[in-house]
Amino acid sequence: MTALMAGIGGPLAVVVAWLLIGLAGLLRPQSTRIVARVLFPLGAAGGVALMACAFPALSADPISVTLPLGLPDLPFHLRLDALSAFFLVLLGVASAGISIFSAGYFRDGEGTAPGLLCLQYHVFLASMALVLMANDAYGFMVAWETMALSSYFLVTTQHRIAEIRSAGFLYLLLAHVGAISILLSFGVLQGGQWQFAFDAMRQAQLSPTWASAAFFLALFGFGAKAGLVPLHVWLPEAHPAAPSPVSALMSGVMLKTALYGVLRVSFDLLHAQLWWWGAVALAAGLFTALFGVVFAAVQTDMKRLLAYSSIENIGIAFAAFGLAILFHCSGMPALAALALAAMLYHSLNHALFKSLLFLATGSVLHATHERSLGKLGGLIRRMPWVAWTALIGTFAIAGLPPLNGFVSEWLLLQSFLFTPQLPQPFANMMIPLGAAALALTAALAAYVMVKFYGVVFLGQHREPQLAEARDCSVLERVGLVWLSVGCVLLGLVPAWVLLQIDRVNVLLLGSGLELQGRSVWALVPMSSERAAYSPIVFLLGAVLVVGLTVFGVRRLYHGRVRRAPAWDCGYPLQTSRMQDTAEGFGQPIRHIFEPFFSMRRELPTPFDKAPRYRVEVLDRFWAALYLPIARAVLRVAALVGRLQHGRIGIYLLYSFVTLIALLVIVL
Amino acid sequence: MTLPWSAQLIHLSAALLLLLSFAMLAQRRVRSLVNLFAAQGATLVVSTVIVAWSSGQHHLYYSAAMTLVLKVFLLPAILHRLIRRLEVQWDTETLVNIPTVLLIGLLVVIFSFGLAQPISQFADTVTRSTLGIAIAVVLLAFLMMITRRKAVSQVVGFLAMENGLFFAATSATYGMPMVVELGIALDVLVGVFILGIFFFQIREQFESLDLHHLETLKED
Amino acid sequence: MNAITVLTQLLSVLIGVALAPLFLGWVNQCRAWLSNRTAPSLLQPYRTIRKLLHKDAVIAEGASPLFRAVPYLLFGAMATAAAIVPSLSTALPFGKSADAIALVGLFATARVFIALAAMDIGTAFGTLGARREMMIGFLAEPALLMVVFTASLIVGSTELPVMAETLAGRAVAIYPSLAFAAVAFVMVLLAENARIPIDNPTTHLELTMIHEAMVLEYSARHLALIEWASALKLFNYACIGFALFLPWGLAPASAGAEGLLLAFGLLLLKLVVAGAGLALMETLSAKLRIFRAPEFLAMAFLLAVLGLLVRLLLRS
Repeated sequence: MTALMAGIGGPLAVVVAWLLIGLAGLLRPQSTRIVARVLFPLGAAGGVALMACAFPALSADPISVTLPLGLPDLPFHLRLDALSAFFLVLLGVASAGISIFSAGYFRDGEGTAPGLLCLQYHVFLASMALVLMANDAYGFMVAWETMALSSYFLVTTQHRIAEIRSAGFLYLLLAHVGAISILLSFGVLQGGQWQFAFDAMRQAQLSPTWASAAFFLALFGFGAKAGLVPLHVWLPEAHPAAPSPVSALMSGVMLKTALYGVLRVSFDLLHAQLWWWGAVALAAGLFTALFGVVFAAVQTDMKRLLAYSSIENIGIAFAAFGLAILFHCSGMPALAALALAAMLYHSLNHALFKSLLFLATGSVLHATHERSLGKLGGLIRRMPWVAWTALIGTFAIAGLPPLNGFVSEWLLLQSFLFTPQLPQPFANMMIPLGAAALALTAALAAYVMVKFYGVVFLGQHREPQLAEARDCSVLERVGLVWLSVGCVLLGLVPAWVLLQIDRVNVLLLGSGLELQGRSVWALVPMSSERAAYSPIVFLLGAVLVVGLTVFGVRRLYHGRVRRAPAWDCGYPLQTSRMQDTAEGFGQPIRHIFEPFFSMRRELPTPFDKAPRYRVEVLDRFWAALYLPIARAVLRVAALVGRLQHGRIGIYLLYSFVTLIALLVIVL
Repeated sequence: MTLPWSAQLIHLSAALLLLLSFAMLAQRRVRSLVNLFAAQGATLVVSTVIVAWSSGQHHLYYSAAMTLVLKVFLLPAILHRLIRRLEVQWDTETLVNIPTVLLIGLLVVIFSFGLAQPISQFADTVTRSTLGIAIAVVLLAFLMMITRRKAVSQVVGFLAMENGLFFAATSATYGMPMVVELGIALDVLVGVFILGIFFFQIREQFESLDLHHLETLKED
Repeated sequence: MNAITVLTQLLSVLIGVALAPLFLGWVNQCRAWLSNRTAPSLLQPYRTIRKLLHKDAVIAEGASPLFRAVPYLLFGAMATAAAIVPSLSTALPFGKSADAIALVGLFATARVFIALAAMDIGTAFGTLGARREMMIGFLAEPALLMVVFTASLIVGSTELPVMAETLAGRAVAIYPSLAFAAVAFVMVLLAENARIPIDNPTTHLELTMIHEAMVLEYSARHLALIEWASALKLFNYACIGFALFLPWGLAPASAGAEGLLLAFGLLLLKLVVAGAGLALMETLSAKLRIFRAPEFLAMAFLLAVLGLLVRLLLRS
């Protein structure tokens, strides 16, 4: 009981509070006012509280408790160590911003009744927290499935629309395929002891073959949740279907629980790793990253674009993870710690900026009722709060200094760069290619984000009704500002953040970056001769230079400014339809990466009465992998269907034969 | 570890050979292709002279001189003349687009280094790590032959392949016996002459040097 | 960090800002001579900037604050970059705060800013320019990063001053991988600074414009700042090239006033030669079709990666 008080009690209390808030929503299920004004802000307070009480646990020793409740004779085990604490902090920070935004966002007519929505939302939050704290396979799987189910109901909030129902079904299907794989992985991990507590799994000694089986089952299962190619297909369907705060929560936090699971299994539960796991994870991650960003560049729906960008970011995290295993197995602890820190840092960053951008699309969606990039434009003039906070998110996700996205990319590039000779010559040669792929991904991410921001917020309104768009409400602004401040702070004090993350390194790898005694102002992962980056000095220098420039120009210049219609090389007729559309902006990417896509084009001829241009970019994996599987399943189902006759007698015969067969086998 | 000067220079010329191979892979114009081939020959001459000088193997001077005459002056001149006579200054689009070819080339380089690693363990020369580059040059030339349509560029690819072999011989094992070298040189020369005659024949037959016309020759 | 290094730091920024238009003038002069035209004065860029600074600004209706802020941010970014790139001396205390990766990031930030500003007005040419610029950028940026990586694999550091110092200080050794990196770097330089095979800085044909299309709506002081920033970008790229491939002649941290003066002389000499070489390259090549540009840059990228590979492989 003392352990309960000592640290794990705080997060547990938040979980209970979230569940209670969710249930409270059921008291007045139709009242949007109570749900929005009282319950969601309380949920946000829970997020802040979780952040506050999980943070000290980063530096504390692991605490385990056994709860008095659970399945019969199988009480739930919980554990709070640095890894859990890190992801709990991530959950707290992101959910606080998303919840307070939701308070202003959800209004009548969302489909599901507000009270029910509140219940689903808070159960989702609580189950994610429990996933992060579970210390036995049963508890983990119960929380994991609760998370999948509650998020499924949230995705299908607008359940009257058929596409949304089918998107939700796809999500549920892949979530369960993944869950089965995770369950099997746990089955392998217990190593014949039939003890499903994680503590027992840590003791189990697995042969390399079984360890590999466990690792790849876990990689597959968690990869399905995270969106690792080719298991990514649910993301671009489910994210646009879900309400924006839910997309934010799923993309920003839920994908991270999958990363947590992979880390937990491969570094904590498995006692030894093999280097080629790292090579596989690295290759899969880089391919996912490149795939995601290339597809993001050709999307025309803003939420699909962000969903593909999530795939990209998950790919980057997996690449860092693979690199960490590779280094860890090659006896390079410092580099392994650097790569792992890059992964964790990137997860945290992605939780913030992706949530921010999804929330911003939510505001845009509410203000304009439009999700297609081709019909937006010019919103910076109508919705300044959303536009300027989204600008921060845009710069952060594009990996530009001095914001947070750059820091994690920097760390990852450094760990690529300072690879000395790896013992495996082949892996050694793949490292430069990996660095190149990462650099290309980062540069493409900037392309994607310029497209996203420029088409949505800049330029002229592409549709006349956009001129009536209104900025978001006060609570939404609070949520947006909270997340953007997070992006800026994580970008400015990376050395301090790295110091906190290093505790996770120590837990998982046995050694960290040895940052003690280094300055908190400069990020110096190895030695200051090798590489240093101190964003505050950098930013101050840049601000100073810009300030001097403004001052100097003001002195030289008399300051008269005239407003006139845009010049545009003197072309007389200019309409908003002459701007680049989203399709137009993606055209170079479509041209360059043509083999990646399968495209369906509809081109107008000069004689068309009503010319129409349409291009549809399809995912090759869908046609090459999923449709054959679906066909095979249908075929098998048809075979099984022959067993069905509708006559009770025959069914009883089946049972009888089965019973006899079982008895013969057992006896 | 600092290598002696000569080894450093050989490394540099190995890198230049590789660079020129990639340039050839990326080059669309047939004329520039021939010039690049001549430059590759010149690099080969330089590296051979350095090997000869540093290892004291005098017969390599003769091979260098032969390379100079044959690959820097004679063959490029013949090829230029052929191009002028045949009026095929331009190559059409390659079969695969060029960045993809270069990407494949990159993988080929990795592969050939992997291939050379166990072999070069046995060599005792200081420049054994250039063996991988030599193999890469051969394979890249092969790749160029695969991706081109025009007969002339395929001949250049064939000659560049021979360059790679020659470089492997000089840098990794300090040269082949003189007789072998002379034989190869003669083969190359005769080969070019024969191919030149073929060019005229092909053009007479199809009024083009585009090799995809040859596809019509197969029996259905 | 003492007063002298701070002074050196300030001096290198000031020299960069002051010399950049001169370098551009020199390149333009060489280009004119090579194409048998009467050359404009060496000081022409200064005159242009001065003229622009004294004009009335015209801003398109509906331009957001972002549009007005971008010229200052762009110039600021390039001047900050001049504080990181060693041009005169390797004693750059500010260089400790941002390494070569951050420098590449800084260039990317500048590019994103100018592309967003180009999209802000919502004209056909502005968005077209932004799209093309981002297309060039997404291939040139990783290529530049790979060039830097090749050098930093040799040196074991990503800080430009340290890299330049170490490369210059080594007993003269030949690094074949740097040959690849140098070729790739020149290609990136041409693309990133809107030079000829990719873009023509003096073009007035709308359909072929890239950089010019983005800044069409700017006038007066804003345009002056953008022009100046472009000149500064070219200067910075030249100095990165010197630091990586011709690192000799930079004053070390211990150098006094004479050392700096000598370094300044050498810098001028390098700039003269590099400018003439750049003009020669531009005169000899023809502008590529816009669809060939990705091919050109993909080539640069792959060459840089190849350099990295050669470095790893020839080391054995």
